[in-house]
Amino acid sequence: MMAFAFYLFALGVIAGGLFTVIARNPVHSVLWLILAFLSAAGLFVLLGAEFVAMLLIIVYVGAVAVLFLFVVMMLDIDFSALRAQMARTMPLALLIGLVILMQLALAFGAWTESELAAGQIAQPMVPGIHNTQALGMILYDQYFLLFQLAGLILLVAMIGAIVLTLRHRSDVKRQDVLAQMYRDPKKAMELRDVKPGQGL
Amino acid sequence: MDELLREYLPILVFLAVAIGLGLVLILAAVVVAVRNPDPEKVSAYECGFNAFDDARMKFDVRFYLVSILFIIFDLEIAFLFPWAVAFQHVSMVGFWSMMAFLALLTVGFAYEWKKGALEWQ
Repeated sequence: MMAFAFYLFALGVIAGGLFTVIARNPVHSVLWLILAFLSAAGLFVLLGAEFVAMLLIIVYVGAVAVLFLFVVMMLDIDFSALRAQMARTMPLALLIGLVILMQLALAFGAWTESELAAGQIAQPMVPGIHNTQALGMILYDQYFLLFQLAGLILLVAMIGAIVLTLRHRSDVKRQDVLAQMYRDPKKAMELRDVKPGQGL
Repeated sequence: MDELLREYLPILVFLAVAIGLGLVLILAAVVVAVRNPDPEKVSAYECGFNAFDDARMKFDVRFYLVSILFIIFDLEIAFLFPWAVAFQHVSMVGFWSMMAFLALLTVGFAYEWKKGALEWQ
């Protein structure tokens, strides 16, 4: 059963990655990417890393994929122009592909494991302690600096996004909640007794 | 190990049922339905007139800003979660490191509030 689930999810990751690259429509690419993320989450569950799996679904599928869709919809890409340029960039692309292929070959062929490494393989399943709890017990004091660094990165991302994209337009009316709440009917309108035939 | 995976078995079963049902519905439409396409039928329908433009167009970058801010606070919650689960075992350093983390992000939140990044206009 576990082998079946592993091959199912592995197939999902590979198919998702493959079709992300070869899909013609970039929106379809993003959807295939979501399949790859979900399958990777399944693989994490099989490894026993539940929390990482759920995080992958919440953050990558729930949020990052939405951002990708935003970018894909926002970029006004002319595909015929891109395809015309392809011949020019092809040598560079082939070079990069070759380098990555060689690195993969290196990883499979020329890699030797030291005996020490076998003893240090991460064991996500600590007996008696829940997965998320085990993470919480070491993340916040043992990895204090890295954790604070993560907070700083989030802060920089927040401020950077605001600085880069926020432009207040001056030609539109904006809602002022406080002014709305303090609006007083007595000051806002005036009752006049209009005599027939005279007007104001 | 097996105990944990057994808890996930219903999800796997649901996944299989969902994928199976989706495939059956799509394939049944391919096999059973009458298909008789002509150019008018397969063309995009946009309230009776021809489609103006591609669906891909430039829109306001502020939608993007909102979703980025959403991701950042999403991640903040994700960091908060293991801390809350292991709260009884977290040391004093761990407790105050989370407080510092929250203070840091509150600074960001105050900045964003002050700048009016969450205001819609």
